[in-house]
Amino acid sequence: MISLEEGGFAIFLVLLAFACIIVAGKTFDQVMAFHAGIGALFAAVSVFLIFKNYFDDGGEAIPAEIDGKPNYNIGPIKFGAVAAMFWGLAGFTVGLIIALQLAWPALNFDLPWTNFGRLRPLHTSAVIFAFGGNVLLATSMYVVQRTSRVRMPGKILPWFVILGYNAFIVIAGTGYLLGATQSKEYAEPEWYADLWLTIVWVFYLLLFLGTLWKRKEPHIYVANWFYLAFIVTIAMLHITNNLTIPVSIYSTKSYIVWSGVQDAMVQWWYGHNAVGFFLTAGFLAIMYYFIPKRAERPVYSYRLSIVHFWALIFIYIWAGPHHLHYTALPQWASTLGATFSIILWMPSWGGMINGLMTLSGAWDKLRTDPVLRMMVVSVAFYGMSTFEGPLMSLRSVNSLSHYTDWTIGHVHSGALGWVGYISFGAIYCLIPWLWNKRQLYSLKLVNLHFWLSTIGIVLYITAMWVSGIMQGLMWRAYDQLGFLEYSFVETVEAMHPFYIIRALGGGLFLLGAVIMAYNLWMTVRHGEAEEADATPAGSLAPAE
Amino acid sequence: MSAWKKHEVFEKNSFILLIGILVMVAIGGLVEIAPLFYLKSTIEKTEGMRPYTPLELAGRNIYIREGCYLCHSQMVRPMRDEMERYGHFSLAAESMYDHPFQWGSKRTGPDLARVGGKYSDDWHVEHLKDPRALVPASIMPGYPFLAENRLNTRDIEAHLSVNTIVGVPYTEEQIANAASDIIGQAKPDTEAADGFEERWPNATIRDFDGNSKEVTEMDALVAYLQVLGTMVDFSIYDDKANAR
Repeated sequence: MISLEEGGFAIFLVLLAFACIIVAGKTFDQVMAFHAGIGALFAAVSVFLIFKNYFDDGGEAIPAEIDGKPNYNIGPIKFGAVAAMFWGLAGFTVGLIIALQLAWPALNFDLPWTNFGRLRPLHTSAVIFAFGGNVLLATSMYVVQRTSRVRMPGKILPWFVILGYNAFIVIAGTGYLLGATQSKEYAEPEWYADLWLTIVWVFYLLLFLGTLWKRKEPHIYVANWFYLAFIVTIAMLHITNNLTIPVSIYSTKSYIVWSGVQDAMVQWWYGHNAVGFFLTAGFLAIMYYFIPKRAERPVYSYRLSIVHFWALIFIYIWAGPHHLHYTALPQWASTLGATFSIILWMPSWGGMINGLMTLSGAWDKLRTDPVLRMMVVSVAFYGMSTFEGPLMSLRSVNSLSHYTDWTIGHVHSGALGWVGYISFGAIYCLIPWLWNKRQLYSLKLVNLHFWLSTIGIVLYITAMWVSGIMQGLMWRAYDQLGFLEYSFVETVEAMHPFYIIRALGGGLFLLGAVIMAYNLWMTVRHGEAEEADATPAGSLAPAE
Repeated sequence: MSAWKKHEVFEKNSFILLIGILVMVAIGGLVEIAPLFYLKSTIEKTEGMRPYTPLELAGRNIYIREGCYLCHSQMVRPMRDEMERYGHFSLAAESMYDHPFQWGSKRTGPDLARVGGKYSDDWHVEHLKDPRALVPASIMPGYPFLAENRLNTRDIEAHLSVNTIVGVPYTEEQIANAASDIIGQAKPDTEAADGFEERWPNATIRDFDGNSKEVTEMDALVAYLQVLGTMVDFSIYDDKANAR
C-alpha cells in the first residue's frame, strides 16, 4: 500500500503542478510564466520520483533500526552537503564579479541581467541562504539524528524539505536576474517564493520536532536548542517581514503592508535577526556539535551553554534598530537597539569562550588538524565581529560608519570568517562521515585552503576598514573657509585602490573554496573506506 | 544548584522548549515595533505629501527592479554635512506612502532622498544611459536599455488598487484612469494630459525622456527621481507641529 505520506505529497504536488500550469498559461508577466513553468516541472518530476521510488521498493517501510543500531537517514544530508558546496562556489564567484564591477564599472556591460543592482542580491542570497542554508539543513538533519539516536521521520518528508528549499533558491536567484525583487535586503524574493519557503519551512520544523519527539536520549542536546531557535525565529521573522499583497496571482509584483518608518523597523528587525538567528544561532549549533566532536572533548561548560542560549536569543531580537540611527525612526528606538547590542556582547563572548575552551587539553590538535584549526579560527572571528558590531551600533561611531564600506567589511569578517569557516569545518568533517571514508583525501590541501582564505579575509576586511573610514571622514570634511571639502565623486575615486585589494581578497577566498571542492571530490571518489563501520564498503546501501 | 536542575524541563520536553523560545524572541520585537503605529512622530501628516502618480509609481518599481537602493540611500540624516550636501533631513512623513521603504543602507553613490529638481531631465537621461559620459569617475552601471523599453502599463490599475488596500489614499477616479494618466503625465498638450492635470493638480507634466513617440521606462524612472524629496515645502513646514 502506498503510505499516507507518499500519497499526500503526491496529491499536493500534482495540484501544485496544475496550479503552476494554469498560472503559466494565463499570465502576461514573462518572469511569472518562467517561474510557474519551473514550478510545474519540479512538481511533476517530484511526483514521478515518488511513484518510481514506491514501485522500486514495493512500498516497504525503511527499518528505523538495523542490528539494534539506528538506521540514520543520510541521503538528504549528502544532497545538502553537495548543494552547499555548489552554491558556495557560485555565491563566492558572483561576489568576486560584483567586487570587480565596483573597481571597473565597464564590467556591468550595460545590460539588465548583469548590472550590479541585480547581481548583488544574487550574491548575498547565494552565500547566506543557498550556501549557509544548505549547511544548516544538512548539519541539523545530521546532528538531530545523532544526538537523538534515532532515524528522522518520514520517507518523503526529509527529501521534500531539502529539495523544496533548493527549489526556492533557484526561483529566488533567477528572479533577481530577471528583475523580480521586493527590495527588502536579505528578503528580496517575491511573494510566491516567500509563500513556497513558508511551506517548506513548516515541514522543516515538523521534521526537526518529529525527530526530537522520537528521540532515545532523555535530554535534548544543546546544539538542538540552537537549531530549534533558528528554525522557529526565522519563521516568525520571515512571515512578518514578507506580509505582502500581490498585484494579482499572475503577477510577480507585490506591495508590502508596512510603509515608511514601520516598514524600516520591521525590515531591520528582520535583517539583524537574519544575522542573529540564521547566521549566528544556527551556526552556533554547528559549533556546539562539531568542535567537541572533532576535538574529542566535551563542551567546556554546560551551565555557560544554558546562559549563552537564553541570553543570546532574548537579547539579539532587540538589536535591529541600530541600523536606523539618525533616521526618521524615533531616537528611543534606535538607542534601545544600540543598548541591547552592547549587552549582546556578553552572551556572544560567553558563547565564544564556551567554544574555545572546549579545546582545553586538546590545544595541540591545532598543529596537526587544520580542520579543527579552521573551526577554532572561525570562533575567534566570531568573537572579533561580535566585538566590532556593538562598537558600530553606538550612535557616534555609527554616524561615521553607516552607509560606508566599513559595514561591508564588518559583515564579511563575520560571514567569511565565522560562518564560512565553521561551515567549511563542518563540511570537511561531514563528507568522510557521510561517505564512510576514513579521512579526507589531503590534509595538506585543507591547510592550503586555510592559509589562502585567511590571507583573503584579512585583505578584504582591512581594505574595507580603510576605504569605509576614509570615505566617512571625507564626507564630513570641511575646508578652511567652511565649505564641504570633497564632492561625492571624489570620495568614490579615492576608494578605487581599496576596491581592487578587496577583490583580490575575495579571489583568494574563492580559490581556497575551489581547492576545498577538489579535496572533497577526491575524498568521495578515492578516499580510503572506513573499516570499522557496520556497512561493508562496496555493498550498496541506499538511505544509509 | 537546584536552579540548574530546573532547566531540565526545557531539555526533556521539546514543546516547552519551543514555547520558551517563542516567548523570548517575541518580546523585543513587540516593544520596538508596536509603538510605531501610534506615536505621533511616526504617523505625522505633513502638508504636501501625496501618493505617487501612476507614472512615478511605475518609475519607483523600476528603481526597485534594478536594485538602485543597494547603492543609493533615501534618508538624509540631521548632520551638518549631510544637510549641506543633500538638503533638509528626511521626515517620517516623506516615506509614508512607500511600500516598501527605500531608505537603503549603503551610499556607494550619493543619497537620493532630495535629488528631485536638482538636475535637468536631460542630465538624468544622459547619466542613466552612460554615467561616465557626465561623471568620468563614476562607478555606476549604465542603463541604456531603459530608454528603449516601452513602459508596461497593462495592470497599472491593479497596482494602484493594491496600494489602496495597504493604506495609500488613491481615489477611485485616479485608479480608473491610471493607464491614461501615465500617458498624460509624460505627454504634454494631449487630451490625456488635461485629465491628468485635473486628477493630479500637484504633479508635473513633462516629456521626461525627450522621446515624444512613446512612454518609456526612462520616462517613468526620471519622473520618479524628479519628484523625490520635493513634495514637502520646507519654507512653510512647521517642525514643532509633530513634536512629542
